[in-house]
Amino acid sequence: MPTSPLPDLALAPLLPEIVLLAAALVLLVVGALRERAQAAGIVAPLAVLALLVAAAIAGVLDRTPQTLLGGHFRFDAMAAFLKVVVLVGAAACILLGGAYEEDERIDRFELPLLALLAGLGMSLMVSAESLLGLYMALELQSLPLYVMAAFHRDQLRSTEAGLKYFVLGALASGMLLYGCSLIYGFTGTLSFAALAQGFGPTSPGGLPTGAVVGLVFVIAGLAFKLAAVPFHMWTPDVYEGAPTSVTAFLAAAPKVAAVGLTLRLLMGPMADWAGQWQQVVALVALASMVLGSLAGLVQTNIKRLMAYSGIANVGFALVGVAAGTREGMEAALVYMVIYLATTLGAFGCILAMRRQGTYVERIDELAGLSSRRPLLAAALAIFMFSLAGIPPLAGFFGKYFVFLAAVKAGLVWLAVAGLLASVVAAYYYLRIVKLAYFDPPAEPFDVPAAPGLRLVTGLAAVAVVGFVVLPGPLFEAAGGAAASLGPPAVAAVR
Amino acid sequence: MGAIPLGHYLTLAATLFTIGVFGIFLNRKNVIVILMSVELILLAVNINFVAFSVALGDLAGQVFAMFILTVAAAEAAIGLAIVVVYFRNRGSIEVEDINLMRG
Repeated sequence: MPTSPLPDLALAPLLPEIVLLAAALVLLVVGALRERAQAAGIVAPLAVLALLVAAAIAGVLDRTPQTLLGGHFRFDAMAAFLKVVVLVGAAACILLGGAYEEDERIDRFELPLLALLAGLGMSLMVSAESLLGLYMALELQSLPLYVMAAFHRDQLRSTEAGLKYFVLGALASGMLLYGCSLIYGFTGTLSFAALAQGFGPTSPGGLPTGAVVGLVFVIAGLAFKLAAVPFHMWTPDVYEGAPTSVTAFLAAAPKVAAVGLTLRLLMGPMADWAGQWQQVVALVALASMVLGSLAGLVQTNIKRLMAYSGIANVGFALVGVAAGTREGMEAALVYMVIYLATTLGAFGCILAMRRQGTYVERIDELAGLSSRRPLLAAALAIFMFSLAGIPPLAGFFGKYFVFLAAVKAGLVWLAVAGLLASVVAAYYYLRIVKLAYFDPPAEPFDVPAAPGLRLVTGLAAVAVVGFVVLPGPLFEAAGGAAASLGPPAVAAVR
Repeated sequence: MGAIPLGHYLTLAATLFTIGVFGIFLNRKNVIVILMSVELILLAVNINFVAFSVALGDLAGQVFAMFILTVAAAEAAIGLAIVVVYFRNRGSIEVEDINLMRG
Protein backbone atom coordinates (compact mmCIF):
# COMPACT_ATOMS: atom_id res chain seq x y z
CA MET A 1 0.00 0.00 0.00
CA PRO A 2 1.55 3.33 -0.99
CA THR A 3 1.95 5.57 2.01
CA SER A 4 0.40 8.93 1.46
CA PRO A 5 1.96 11.92 3.21
CA LEU A 6 -1.47 12.66 4.65
CA PRO A 7 -2.59 9.24 5.77
CA ASP A 8 -5.87 9.86 7.51
CA LEU A 9 -7.77 12.94 6.57
CA ALA A 10 -11.19 11.55 7.40
CA LEU A 11 -11.80 14.36 9.82
CA ALA A 12 -15.52 13.92 10.43
CA PRO A 13 -15.10 12.71 14.04
CA LEU A 14 -13.11 15.88 14.75
CA LEU A 15 -16.01 18.10 13.74
CA PRO A 16 -16.90 19.24 17.30
CA GLU A 17 -13.31 20.34 17.89
CA ILE A 18 -13.12 22.04 14.51
CA VAL A 19 -16.29 23.98 15.28
CA LEU A 20 -14.93 25.03 18.69
CA LEU A 21 -11.54 26.09 17.35
CA ALA A 22 -13.01 28.00 14.41
CA ALA A 23 -15.50 29.70 16.72
CA ALA A 24 -12.72 30.67 19.14
CA LEU A 25 -10.63 32.22 16.37
CA VAL A 26 -13.56 34.07 14.80
CA LEU A 27 -14.84 35.32 18.15
CA LEU A 28 -11.38 36.56 19.07
CA VAL A 29 -11.42 38.77 16.00
CA VAL A 30 -15.04 39.81 16.59
CA GLY A 31 -14.23 40.73 20.18
CA ALA A 32 -11.15 42.66 19.20
CA LEU A 33 -12.99 44.66 16.54
CA ARG A 34 -15.94 45.61 18.71
CA GLU A 35 -15.93 48.29 21.31
CA ARG A 36 -15.10 47.09 24.79
CA ALA A 37 -18.54 47.80 26.18
CA GLN A 38 -20.43 45.72 23.63
CA ALA A 39 -17.91 42.97 22.92
CA ALA A 40 -18.86 40.67 25.80
CA GLY A 41 -22.56 41.00 25.01
CA ILE A 42 -21.91 39.65 21.52
CA VAL A 43 -19.16 37.10 22.19
CA ALA A 44 -20.74 35.36 25.20
CA PRO A 45 -23.97 34.22 23.46
CA LEU A 46 -22.02 33.17 20.38
CA ALA A 47 -19.61 31.14 22.54
CA VAL A 48 -22.59 29.43 24.17
CA LEU A 49 -23.99 28.75 20.71
CA ALA A 50 -20.68 27.30 19.49
CA LEU A 51 -20.43 25.00 22.52
CA LEU A 52 -24.00 23.79 22.06
CA VAL A 53 -23.52 23.23 18.32
CA ALA A 54 -20.35 21.24 19.02
CA ALA A 55 -22.20 19.21 21.66
CA ALA A 56 -25.03 18.52 19.20
CA ILE A 57 -22.56 17.41 16.53
CA ALA A 58 -20.79 15.14 19.01
CA GLY A 59 -24.17 13.70 19.91
CA VAL A 60 -25.18 12.77 16.38
CA LEU A 61 -21.82 11.62 14.97
CA ASP A 62 -21.36 7.96 14.09
CA ARG A 63 -20.16 6.23 17.25
CA THR A 64 -18.17 3.41 15.67
CA PRO A 65 -14.78 3.62 17.34
CA GLN A 66 -12.35 5.50 15.10
CA THR A 67 -8.76 6.50 15.72
CA LEU A 68 -7.32 9.43 13.85
CA LEU A 69 -4.67 12.15 13.92
CA GLY A 70 -1.95 9.52 13.77
CA GLY A 71 -3.41 7.52 16.63
CA HIS A 72 -3.59 10.36 19.15
CA PHE A 73 -7.33 10.89 19.02
CA ARG A 74 -10.15 8.41 19.37
CA PHE A 75 -13.82 8.96 18.84
CA ASP A 76 -16.19 6.38 20.28
CA ALA A 77 -19.38 6.20 22.31
CA MET A 78 -17.53 7.22 25.48
CA ALA A 79 -15.99 10.28 23.82
CA ALA A 80 -19.36 11.25 22.33
CA PHE A 81 -21.16 10.89 25.66
CA LEU A 82 -18.58 12.87 27.63
CA LYS A 83 -18.29 15.55 24.95
CA VAL A 84 -22.00 16.22 25.06
CA VAL A 85 -21.88 16.42 28.86
CA VAL A 86 -18.84 18.68 29.24
CA LEU A 87 -19.71 21.01 26.38
CA VAL A 88 -23.28 21.51 27.60
CA GLY A 89 -21.85 22.01 31.10
CA ALA A 90 -19.41 24.64 29.84
CA ALA A 91 -22.16 26.44 27.92
CA ALA A 92 -24.39 26.44 31.00
CA CYS A 93 -21.57 27.98 33.04
CA ILE A 94 -21.18 30.87 30.60
CA LEU A 95 -24.94 31.51 30.77
CA LEU A 96 -24.87 31.27 34.55
CA GLY A 97 -22.12 33.81 35.08
CA GLY A 98 -23.15 36.60 32.69
CA ALA A 99 -24.95 38.80 35.18
CA TYR A 100 -22.35 38.29 37.91
CA GLU A 101 -19.57 39.31 35.56
CA GLU A 102 -21.46 42.44 34.60
CA ASP A 103 -22.01 43.40 38.24
CA GLU A 104 -18.40 42.75 39.13
CA ARG A 105 -17.20 44.63 36.02
CA ILE A 106 -15.32 41.67 34.63
CA ASP A 107 -17.66 41.27 31.66
CA ARG A 108 -14.89 41.26 29.08
CA PHE A 109 -15.20 39.19 25.96
CA GLU A 110 -12.02 37.25 26.82
CA LEU A 111 -13.79 35.37 29.60
CA PRO A 112 -16.30 33.43 27.43
CA LEU A 113 -13.53 33.01 24.88
CA LEU A 114 -11.26 31.37 27.45
CA ALA A 115 -14.17 29.18 28.51
CA LEU A 116 -14.57 28.17 24.88
CA LEU A 117 -10.89 27.23 24.64
CA ALA A 118 -11.09 25.30 27.90
CA GLY A 119 -14.12 23.54 26.38
CA LEU A 120 -12.00 22.61 23.37
CA GLY A 121 -9.36 21.22 25.71
CA MET A 122 -11.93 19.18 27.62
CA SER A 123 -13.37 17.88 24.38
CA LEU A 124 -9.91 16.68 23.35
CA MET A 125 -9.23 15.26 26.82
CA VAL A 126 -12.09 12.80 26.65
CA SER A 127 -10.82 11.66 23.24
CA ALA A 128 -7.16 11.25 24.18
CA GLU A 129 -5.71 8.03 22.80
CA SER A 130 -2.03 8.51 23.52
CA LEU A 131 0.15 10.03 26.22
CA LEU A 132 0.87 12.97 23.95
CA GLY A 133 -2.82 13.55 23.29
CA LEU A 134 -3.49 13.28 27.01
CA TYR A 135 -0.86 15.89 27.90
CA MET A 136 -1.70 18.40 25.18
CA ALA A 137 -5.43 18.22 25.86
CA LEU A 138 -4.91 18.58 29.59
CA GLU A 139 -2.74 21.67 29.09
CA LEU A 140 -5.20 23.19 26.63
CA GLN A 141 -7.84 22.81 29.31
CA SER A 142 -5.67 24.01 32.21
CA LEU A 143 -4.03 27.12 30.76
CA PRO A 144 -7.29 29.02 30.13
CA LEU A 145 -8.48 28.05 33.61
CA TYR A 146 -5.42 29.67 35.26
CA VAL A 147 -6.19 32.92 33.49
CA MET A 148 -9.90 32.69 34.30
CA ALA A 149 -9.17 32.21 38.01
CA ALA A 150 -7.10 35.40 38.03
CA PHE A 151 -9.60 37.24 35.83
CA HIS A 152 -10.64 39.80 38.44
CA ARG A 153 -7.26 41.37 38.03
CA ASP A 154 -7.80 44.36 40.30
CA GLN A 155 -8.73 42.12 43.19
CA LEU A 156 -6.03 40.62 45.37
CA ARG A 157 -8.10 37.57 46.22
CA SER A 158 -8.66 36.60 42.60
CA THR A 159 -5.05 37.10 41.53
CA GLU A 160 -3.85 35.12 44.54
CA ALA A 161 -6.21 32.31 43.54
CA GLY A 162 -4.84 32.42 40.00
CA LEU A 163 -1.26 32.33 41.25
CA LYS A 164 -1.85 29.37 43.55
CA TYR A 165 -3.78 27.52 40.88
CA PHE A 166 -1.04 28.14 38.34
CA VAL A 167 1.85 27.03 40.55
CA LEU A 168 0.19 23.84 41.76
CA GLY A 169 -1.29 23.09 38.34
CA ALA A 170 2.13 23.44 36.72
CA LEU A 171 3.61 21.11 39.33
CA ALA A 172 0.85 18.60 38.58
CA SER A 173 1.58 18.80 34.86
CA GLY A 174 5.24 18.23 35.61
CA MET A 175 4.52 15.09 37.62
CA LEU A 176 2.14 13.82 34.97
CA LEU A 177 4.78 14.40 32.30
CA TYR A 178 7.49 12.68 34.29
CA GLY A 179 5.16 9.70 34.58
CA CYS A 180 4.49 9.83 30.83
CA SER A 181 8.22 9.83 30.09
CA LEU A 182 8.75 6.75 32.29
CA ILE A 183 5.85 4.89 30.69
CA TYR A 184 7.19 5.78 27.27
CA GLY A 185 10.72 4.78 28.13
CA PHE A 186 9.89 1.42 29.63
CA THR A 187 7.24 0.37 27.12
CA GLY A 188 8.56 2.09 23.99
CA THR A 189 5.23 3.53 22.92
CA LEU A 190 2.99 6.53 23.54
CA SER A 191 -0.14 5.03 22.08
CA PHE A 192 -2.84 3.60 24.35
CA ALA A 193 -3.74 0.98 21.75
CA ALA A 194 -0.15 -0.24 21.50
CA LEU A 195 0.13 -0.26 25.30
CA ALA A 196 -3.01 -2.37 25.54
CA GLN A 197 -1.76 -4.77 22.87
CA GLY A 198 1.88 -5.06 23.77
CA PHE A 199 1.41 -5.30 27.50
CA GLY A 200 -1.69 -7.40 27.87
CA PRO A 201 -1.90 -10.16 30.46
CA THR A 202 -0.38 -12.64 28.01
CA SER A 203 2.76 -10.63 27.28
CA PRO A 204 5.96 -12.07 28.74
CA GLY A 205 7.27 -10.20 31.72
CA GLY A 206 4.12 -8.16 32.26
CA LEU A 207 4.18 -4.41 32.78
CA PRO A 208 7.76 -3.23 33.47
CA THR A 209 8.37 -1.81 36.93
CA GLY A 210 9.45 1.52 35.50
CA ALA A 211 6.14 1.85 33.72
CA VAL A 212 4.28 1.10 36.96
CA VAL A 213 6.20 3.90 38.68
CA GLY A 214 5.31 6.14 35.75
CA LEU A 215 1.67 5.16 36.05
CA VAL A 216 1.67 6.22 39.70
CA PHE A 217 3.13 9.62 38.71
CA VAL A 218 0.44 9.99 36.04
CA ILE A 219 -2.29 9.11 38.54
CA ALA A 220 -0.85 11.71 40.92
CA GLY A 221 -0.99 14.33 38.18
CA LEU A 222 -4.56 13.42 37.33
CA ALA A 223 -5.53 13.46 41.02
CA PHE A 224 -4.28 17.05 41.12
CA LYS A 225 -6.56 18.02 38.26
CA LEU A 226 -9.42 16.13 39.90
CA ALA A 227 -8.73 17.83 43.24
CA ALA A 228 -8.53 14.45 44.97
CA VAL A 229 -6.72 14.02 48.30
CA PRO A 230 -3.69 14.20 48.80
CA PHE A 231 -3.45 16.66 45.90
CA HIS A 232 -6.39 18.85 46.88
CA MET A 233 -4.61 21.69 48.73
CA TRP A 234 -5.24 24.23 46.02
CA THR A 235 -8.97 23.68 45.80
CA PRO A 236 -10.47 25.65 48.72
CA ASP A 237 -8.28 28.70 48.16
CA VAL A 238 -8.80 28.78 44.42
CA TYR A 239 -12.56 28.25 44.75
CA GLU A 240 -12.84 31.01 47.33
CA GLY A 241 -10.64 33.51 45.53
CA ALA A 242 -11.73 33.07 41.93
CA PRO A 243 -14.74 35.06 40.69
CA THR A 244 -17.84 33.01 41.57
CA SER A 245 -18.81 32.40 37.95
CA VAL A 246 -15.33 31.04 37.30
CA THR A 247 -15.54 28.88 40.43
CA ALA A 248 -18.72 27.38 39.01
CA PHE A 249 -16.87 26.66 35.79
CA LEU A 250 -13.92 25.07 37.62
CA ALA A 251 -16.16 22.91 39.75
CA ALA A 252 -18.33 21.63 36.95
CA ALA A 253 -17.18 20.50 33.51
CA PRO A 254 -13.38 20.11 34.00
CA LYS A 255 -13.93 17.53 36.73
CA VAL A 256 -16.17 15.48 34.46
CA ALA A 257 -13.52 15.65 31.74
CA ALA A 258 -10.78 14.67 34.19
CA VAL A 259 -12.77 11.65 35.37
CA GLY A 260 -13.31 10.76 31.72
CA LEU A 261 -9.59 11.01 31.04
CA THR A 262 -8.76 8.92 34.11
CA LEU A 263 -11.19 6.24 32.94
CA ARG A 264 -9.75 6.34 29.44
CA LEU A 265 -6.25 5.73 30.74
CA LEU A 266 -6.97 3.26 33.52
CA MET A 267 -9.77 1.28 31.92
CA GLY A 268 -8.25 1.39 28.42
CA PRO A 269 -4.58 0.40 28.16
CA MET A 270 -4.21 -0.26 31.88
CA ALA A 271 -7.41 -2.30 32.30
CA ASP A 272 -5.49 -5.56 32.54
CA TRP A 273 -3.27 -4.11 35.23
CA ALA A 274 -6.03 -3.17 37.63
CA GLY A 275 -4.02 -4.91 40.36
CA GLN A 276 -1.30 -2.28 39.94
CA TRP A 277 -3.49 0.81 40.28
CA GLN A 278 -6.63 -0.33 42.08
CA GLN A 279 -5.18 0.10 45.58
CA VAL A 280 -3.86 3.58 44.77
CA VAL A 281 -7.18 4.76 43.37
CA ALA A 282 -9.12 3.19 46.24
CA LEU A 283 -6.94 4.98 48.81
CA VAL A 284 -7.26 8.30 46.97
CA ALA A 285 -11.03 7.80 46.87
CA LEU A 286 -11.18 6.96 50.57
CA ALA A 287 -9.03 9.92 51.61
CA SER A 288 -11.02 12.32 49.40
CA MET A 289 -14.36 11.19 50.77
CA VAL A 290 -13.24 11.40 54.39
CA LEU A 291 -11.38 14.70 54.16
CA GLY A 292 -14.00 16.36 51.97
CA SER A 293 -16.73 15.38 54.41
CA LEU A 294 -14.92 16.29 57.62
CA ALA A 295 -13.27 19.54 56.54
CA GLY A 296 -16.54 20.79 55.10
CA LEU A 297 -18.07 20.78 58.57
CA VAL A 298 -16.19 23.86 59.78
CA GLN A 299 -16.53 26.09 56.74
CA THR A 300 -18.31 29.43 56.86
CA ASN A 301 -17.76 30.51 53.26
CA ILE A 302 -20.11 28.80 50.85
CA LYS A 303 -17.55 28.68 48.03
CA ARG A 304 -15.04 26.94 50.31
CA LEU A 305 -17.81 24.57 51.34
CA MET A 306 -18.45 23.75 47.68
CA ALA A 307 -14.71 23.08 47.29
CA TYR A 308 -14.76 20.47 50.04
CA SER A 309 -18.03 19.12 48.70
CA GLY A 310 -16.33 18.78 45.31
CA ILE A 311 -13.40 16.92 46.86
CA ALA A 312 -15.78 14.48 48.55
CA ASN A 313 -17.79 14.03 45.35
CA VAL A 314 -14.71 13.22 43.29
CA GLY A 315 -13.93 10.65 45.97
CA PHE A 316 -17.33 9.03 45.43
CA ALA A 317 -16.83 8.94 41.67
CA LEU A 318 -13.37 7.41 42.16
CA VAL A 319 -15.00 4.59 44.15
CA GLY A 320 -16.59 3.58 40.85
CA VAL A 321 -13.23 3.87 39.06
CA ALA A 322 -11.49 1.83 41.76
CA ALA A 323 -13.98 -0.99 41.20
CA GLY A 324 -12.19 -1.51 37.90
CA THR A 325 -15.23 -3.06 36.22
CA ARG A 326 -17.46 -1.93 33.41
CA GLU A 327 -20.21 -1.50 35.94
CA GLY A 328 -18.00 0.74 38.05
CA MET A 329 -17.18 2.85 35.01
CA GLU A 330 -20.82 3.25 34.17
CA ALA A 331 -21.59 4.23 37.76
CA ALA A 332 -18.74 6.76 37.81
CA LEU A 333 -19.96 8.33 34.56
CA VAL A 334 -23.54 8.56 35.81
CA TYR A 335 -22.25 9.99 39.09
CA MET A 336 -20.30 12.74 37.36
CA VAL A 337 -23.25 13.75 35.17
CA ILE A 338 -25.47 14.04 38.24
CA TYR A 339 -22.70 15.91 40.05
CA LEU A 340 -22.44 18.32 37.13
CA ALA A 341 -26.17 19.11 37.14
CA THR A 342 -26.28 19.51 40.92
CA THR A 343 -23.16 21.68 41.05
CA LEU A 344 -24.41 23.96 38.30
CA GLY A 345 -27.67 24.38 40.17
CA ALA A 346 -25.97 24.98 43.51
CA PHE A 347 -23.74 27.64 41.98
CA GLY A 348 -26.80 29.16 40.37
CA CYS A 349 -28.18 29.63 43.89
CA ILE A 350 -24.84 31.01 45.14
CA LEU A 351 -24.74 33.50 42.26
CA ALA A 352 -28.21 34.69 43.30
CA MET A 353 -26.87 35.67 46.75
CA ARG A 354 -26.72 39.36 46.02
CA ARG A 355 -27.65 42.00 48.55
CA GLN A 356 -27.88 45.68 47.58
CA GLY A 357 -25.71 45.10 44.56
CA THR A 358 -22.88 43.23 46.28
CA TYR A 359 -22.43 39.49 46.32
CA VAL A 360 -22.27 37.75 49.69
CA GLU A 361 -20.59 34.42 50.35
CA ARG A 362 -21.15 33.58 54.00
CA ILE A 363 -23.34 30.58 54.63
CA ASP A 364 -25.22 32.48 57.38
CA GLU A 365 -26.49 34.95 54.81
CA LEU A 366 -28.89 32.29 53.56
CA ALA A 367 -30.88 32.51 56.81
CA GLY A 368 -34.61 32.66 56.27
CA LEU A 369 -34.33 32.53 52.50
CA SER A 370 -37.59 30.61 52.18
CA SER A 371 -39.81 33.42 53.43
CA ARG A 372 -38.42 35.95 50.93
CA ARG A 373 -37.56 33.83 47.92
CA PRO A 374 -39.51 30.56 48.16
CA LEU A 375 -38.53 29.35 44.69
CA LEU A 376 -34.83 29.96 45.18
CA ALA A 377 -34.98 28.30 48.60
CA ALA A 378 -36.77 25.29 47.11
CA ALA A 379 -34.14 24.97 44.38
CA LEU A 380 -31.35 25.26 46.95
CA ALA A 381 -33.00 22.60 49.10
CA ILE A 382 -33.29 20.27 46.09
CA PHE A 383 -29.59 20.60 45.30
CA MET A 384 -28.49 20.21 48.89
CA PHE A 385 -30.72 17.15 49.44
CA SER A 386 -29.35 15.69 46.23
CA LEU A 387 -25.73 16.31 47.28
CA ALA A 388 -26.52 14.76 50.65
CA GLY A 389 -27.86 11.70 48.82
CA ILE A 390 -31.46 11.76 49.99
CA PRO A 391 -33.82 9.66 47.83
CA PRO A 392 -35.61 10.12 45.48
CA LEU A 393 -33.27 12.83 44.19
CA ALA A 394 -30.61 12.09 41.59
CA GLY A 395 -27.69 12.27 44.03
CA PHE A 396 -28.97 9.23 45.89
CA PHE A 397 -28.92 7.06 42.78
CA GLY A 398 -25.47 8.30 41.83
CA LYS A 399 -24.06 7.18 45.18
CA TYR A 400 -26.11 3.98 45.21
CA PHE A 401 -24.66 2.73 41.93
CA VAL A 402 -21.02 3.54 42.71
CA PHE A 403 -21.30 1.75 46.05
CA LEU A 404 -23.06 -1.17 44.39
CA ALA A 405 -20.25 -1.44 41.85
CA ALA A 406 -17.64 -1.30 44.62
CA VAL A 407 -19.37 -4.05 46.61
CA LYS A 408 -19.62 -6.26 43.54
CA ALA A 409 -15.92 -5.74 42.86
CA GLY A 410 -15.12 -6.89 46.40
CA LEU A 411 -14.34 -3.44 47.80
CA VAL A 412 -16.90 -3.67 50.59
CA TRP A 413 -14.72 -1.66 53.02
CA LEU A 414 -14.55 1.20 50.55
CA ALA A 415 -18.33 1.25 50.10
CA VAL A 416 -18.86 1.23 53.87
CA ALA A 417 -16.37 4.06 54.36
CA GLY A 418 -18.10 5.99 51.59
CA LEU A 419 -21.48 5.54 53.24
CA LEU A 420 -20.14 6.81 56.56
CA ALA A 421 -18.49 9.78 54.87
CA SER A 422 -21.70 10.70 53.10
CA VAL A 423 -23.56 10.60 56.42
CA VAL A 424 -21.04 13.08 57.86
CA ALA A 425 -21.27 15.29 54.78
CA ALA A 426 -25.06 15.27 55.00
CA TYR A 427 -24.67 17.45 58.10
CA TYR A 428 -23.34 20.44 56.23
CA TYR A 429 -25.74 20.11 53.33
CA LEU A 430 -28.72 19.84 55.63
CA ARG A 431 -27.48 22.75 57.74
CA ILE A 432 -27.89 24.97 54.69
CA VAL A 433 -31.46 23.75 54.24
CA LYS A 434 -32.13 24.36 57.93
CA LEU A 435 -30.73 27.90 57.68
CA ALA A 436 -32.84 28.67 54.64
CA TYR A 437 -36.08 27.31 56.06
CA PHE A 438 -36.05 27.59 59.84
CA ASP A 439 -33.88 30.55 60.80
CA PRO A 440 -35.15 34.10 61.22
CA PRO A 441 -34.82 35.94 57.93
CA ALA A 442 -31.83 38.13 57.24
CA GLU A 443 -32.10 41.06 54.85
CA PRO A 444 -33.62 40.04 51.53
CA PHE A 445 -31.58 39.30 48.43
CA ASP A 446 -31.96 41.50 45.38
CA VAL A 447 -34.65 40.45 42.93
CA PRO A 448 -34.94 39.43 40.24
CA ALA A 449 -32.04 37.21 39.32
CA ALA A 450 -30.80 37.33 35.74
CA PRO A 451 -32.71 35.26 33.16
CA GLY A 452 -29.70 33.10 32.19
CA LEU A 453 -29.12 32.22 35.81
CA ARG A 454 -32.77 31.36 36.41
CA LEU A 455 -32.87 29.25 33.26
CA VAL A 456 -29.80 27.16 34.17
CA THR A 457 -30.78 26.78 37.83
CA GLY A 458 -34.30 25.81 36.88
CA LEU A 459 -33.18 23.27 34.32
CA ALA A 460 -30.70 21.79 36.80
CA ALA A 461 -33.45 21.48 39.41
CA VAL A 462 -35.74 19.78 36.90
CA ALA A 463 -32.94 17.40 35.93
CA VAL A 464 -32.13 16.51 39.54
CA VAL A 465 -35.77 15.90 40.44
CA GLY A 466 -36.76 14.35 37.12
CA PHE A 467 -33.96 11.81 37.08
CA VAL A 468 -35.99 9.40 39.21
CA VAL A 469 -38.84 9.48 36.67
CA LEU A 470 -36.69 9.03 33.59
CA PRO A 471 -33.33 7.49 34.49
CA GLY A 472 -33.24 5.27 31.39
CA PRO A 473 -31.57 7.54 28.82
CA LEU A 474 -28.68 8.49 31.09
CA PHE A 475 -27.97 4.89 32.09
CA GLU A 476 -28.26 3.76 28.50
CA ALA A 477 -25.83 6.42 27.29
CA ALA A 478 -23.39 5.78 30.15
CA GLY A 479 -23.66 2.03 29.58
CA GLY A 480 -22.88 2.44 25.89
CA ALA A 481 -19.99 4.72 26.77
CA ALA A 482 -18.56 2.25 29.28
CA ALA A 483 -18.94 -0.61 26.82
CA SER A 484 -17.06 1.22 24.07
CA LEU A 485 -13.84 1.39 26.04
CA GLY A 486 -13.55 -2.36 26.16
CA PRO A 487 -12.37 -3.23 29.66
CA PRO A 488 -12.19 -6.94 30.46
CA ALA A 489 -15.57 -8.46 29.85
CA VAL A 490 -17.52 -8.33 33.08
CA ALA A 491 -21.21 -9.00 32.84
CA ALA A 492 -22.94 -5.65 33.36
CA VAL A 493 -25.67 -6.50 35.82
CA ARG A 494 -28.10 -3.91 36.94
CA MET B 1 24.03 7.16 22.73
CA GLY B 2 27.79 7.24 22.43
CA ALA B 3 29.81 6.52 25.51
CA ILE B 4 27.25 7.68 28.07
CA PRO B 5 24.82 4.93 29.08
CA LEU B 6 21.09 5.57 29.43
CA GLY B 7 21.17 5.24 33.21
CA HIS B 8 23.26 8.38 33.56
CA TYR B 9 20.73 10.44 31.67
CA LEU B 10 17.91 9.06 33.75
CA THR B 11 19.77 9.80 36.97
CA LEU B 12 20.44 13.36 35.84
CA ALA B 13 16.77 13.83 34.91
CA ALA B 14 15.56 12.34 38.19
CA THR B 15 17.92 14.62 40.13
CA LEU B 16 16.77 17.72 38.27
CA PHE B 17 13.13 16.71 38.73
CA THR B 18 13.64 16.28 42.46
CA ILE B 19 15.44 19.61 42.75
CA GLY B 20 12.53 21.23 40.91
CA VAL B 21 9.90 19.71 43.19
CA PHE B 22 11.84 20.68 46.30
CA GLY B 23 12.35 24.13 44.86
CA ILE B 24 8.59 24.62 44.82
CA PHE B 25 7.94 23.33 48.32
CA LEU B 26 10.97 24.47 50.28
CA ASN B 27 11.34 27.86 48.65
CA ARG B 28 10.42 30.60 51.11
CA LYS B 29 11.62 33.54 49.10
CA ASN B 30 10.24 34.46 45.77
CA VAL B 31 7.60 33.38 43.27
CA ILE B 32 10.05 33.74 40.40
CA VAL B 33 12.08 30.92 41.93
CA ILE B 34 8.94 28.78 41.77
CA LEU B 35 8.56 29.54 38.07
CA MET B 36 12.20 28.53 37.56
CA SER B 37 11.55 25.29 39.44
CA VAL B 38 8.62 24.52 37.15
CA GLU B 39 10.88 25.02 34.14
CA LEU B 40 13.46 22.74 35.75
CA ILE B 41 10.85 19.99 36.14
CA LEU B 42 9.77 20.29 32.52
CA LEU B 43 13.36 20.24 31.26
CA ALA B 44 14.13 17.19 33.37
CA VAL B 45 11.23 15.46 31.66
CA ASN B 46 12.61 16.55 28.30
CA ILE B 47 15.98 14.95 29.08
CA ASN B 48 14.12 11.77 29.95
CA PHE B 49 12.15 11.81 26.72
CA VAL B 50 15.12 12.51 24.47
CA ALA B 51 17.31 9.93 26.21
CA PHE B 52 14.62 7.27 25.96
CA SER B 53 13.93 8.25 22.38
CA VAL B 54 17.56 7.73 21.36
CA ALA B 55 17.88 4.52 23.37
CA LEU B 56 14.70 3.09 21.84
CA GLY B 57 15.49 4.31 18.33
CA ASP B 58 12.00 5.82 18.22
CA LEU B 59 11.37 9.43 17.21
CA ALA B 60 8.12 9.88 19.12
CA GLY B 61 9.93 10.86 22.31
CA GLN B 62 11.76 13.73 20.60
CA VAL B 63 8.53 14.94 19.07
CA PHE B 64 6.99 14.88 22.53
CA ALA B 65 9.92 16.97 23.79
CA MET B 66 9.16 19.59 21.14
CA PHE B 67 5.55 19.76 22.27
CA ILE B 68 6.66 20.12 25.89
CA LEU B 69 8.94 23.03 24.96
CA THR B 70 6.07 24.77 23.21
CA VAL B 71 3.64 24.27 26.07
CA ALA B 72 6.32 25.34 28.57
CA ALA B 73 6.64 28.64 26.72
CA ALA B 74 2.89 29.22 26.89
CA GLU B 75 2.84 28.21 30.52
CA ALA B 76 5.70 30.56 31.42
CA ALA B 77 3.93 33.43 29.65
CA ILE B 78 0.73 32.84 31.59
CA GLY B 79 2.60 32.34 34.84
CA LEU B 80 4.55 35.59 34.49
CA ALA B 81 1.39 37.47 33.54
CA ILE B 82 -0.35 36.23 36.68
CA VAL B 83 2.69 37.15 38.79
CA VAL B 84 2.59 40.67 37.33
CA VAL B 85 -1.11 41.23 38.14
CA TYR B 86 -0.52 39.78 41.59
CA PHE B 87 2.40 42.14 42.18
CA ARG B 88 0.25 45.11 41.14
CA ASN B 89 -2.27 44.24 43.82
CA ARG B 90 0.00 43.09 46.60
CA GLY B 91 3.19 45.04 45.96
CA SER B 92 5.28 41.97 46.74
CA ILE B 93 5.97 38.54 45.35
CA GLU B 94 7.42 37.02 48.50
CA VAL B 95 6.06 33.53 48.93
CA GLU B 96 5.28 34.23 52.59
CA ASP B 97 3.03 37.13 51.59
CA ILE B 98 0.71 34.91 49.56
CA ASN B 99 -1.48 34.25 52.55
CA LEU B 100 -4.79 36.04 52.11
CA MET B 101 -6.66 32.74 52.08
CA ARG B 102 -5.61 29.87 54.30
CA GLY B 103 -6.41 26.39 53.13
